[in-house]
Formats: sequence, C-alpha cells, structure tokens
Amino acid sequence: MLDPNFIRERILGALPGSEVDVNDTTGTGDHFEARVVSPAFAGKSMVEQHQLVYAPLQQWLKSGELHALALKTYSPEQWKKLGSR
Amino acid sequence: MSPELKARFDAEVKNHKIVLFMKGNALFPQCGFSARALQILQQHGEVHTVDVLADPAVRQGIKDYSNWPTIPQVYIHGKFVGGSDILMDLEERGELADLVAGKSPA
Repeated sequence: MLDPNFIRERILGALPGSEVDVNDTTGTGDHFEARVVSPAFAGKSMVEQHQLVYAPLQQWLKSGELHALALKTYSPEQWKKLGSR
Repeated sequence: MSPELKARFDAEVKNHKIVLFMKGNALFPQCGFSARALQILQQHGEVHTVDVLADPAVRQGIKDYSNWPTIPQVYIHGKFVGGSDILMDLEERGELADLVAGKSPA
C-alpha cells in the first residue's frame, strides 16, 4: 500500500523544481492520479513527459504495488496557458 | 521483433501523416478506445488505420515497437504520440492540431 506523498517524493526526486499533486483515486493505495508541472517537460512530447514521470516509479509499477497512475503533465509554459482552467 | 515487421512499421508510420494502430478498422472499430481515438483523429485529416486484430504478430509487435503497453496507438508525422488518454488530453488542450500541422510542443 502506497500513499500519495510517497509517489510525490519519488517524482520530485527525479524532476526537481516541479509542482506535483497526487491523489489516491480509489482510497486503496494502488490507484493514483497526478498532475505534474515541470521545467523538464519543455519542448518534450506528452509521451516523453509521461515517461519521465514513470521512470522513478518503475519498480512499483512492475511489482504491481502501483497499479495505475493517471497523468496530466505540463511544462510551465503549457500550464500558464491552460492550467488555470 | 523480426526485421520484416520492423520495416513494415517503419513504412506505415513514414508513409502516412496520421496512423492509428487500432482494434478493428475505420468502418468497424472493435473497442471503445479505438473508436474514440479514430473519431478525434478524423477531425484533423485522413487517418490511415492498421487493424492489430488481423495479425497477432502485429498486435504484440506494435507494443514492442513503440515501447507502449496498450492499443490504440497513434503516430503523427512518423512520431509516436501516445494512446487514447494522451490523445484526448492533447485534443482538450488544442495541441493536436499543432502536432498535425508539424509544430512542436511548448
């Protein structure tokens, strides 16, 4: 069983300077959703952005402890343009 | 993956602006996610579809080729864009039109 803060710390460790929000969507500690705004995403495609977030969590995704992580990713530029909606 | 299959994928994604690897075909999508992806893409131009159900080697092969675990999968201008979630997100943000027009992300 994982908690949102654990997920958040892993993402922040890989992508310093990001803004990260994580929610447990089912309350069961294995399905999460995350919104990540990171300078590391600038100029990257959405697939590349998602891969950057998944990378530090591979171990838990593989073991099945982390069953699903729905992502919304934005570069600061994209977030400024759209995130306020 | 066999070199022949890889060459086939290379050719599919290079020879068409928008390519959708889907379950079923444009007339008879056999999965809701594939149908939704097709519907979104068709608003942006002609969509070349590849039915992964027609050949088990293609169904597994495209996952290896893209390093992405699910189907449907979308390629635009030869570049892997993602699955249905990413596609819907891009459409919502108005970025899909830019991708089709060949503009890079912000």
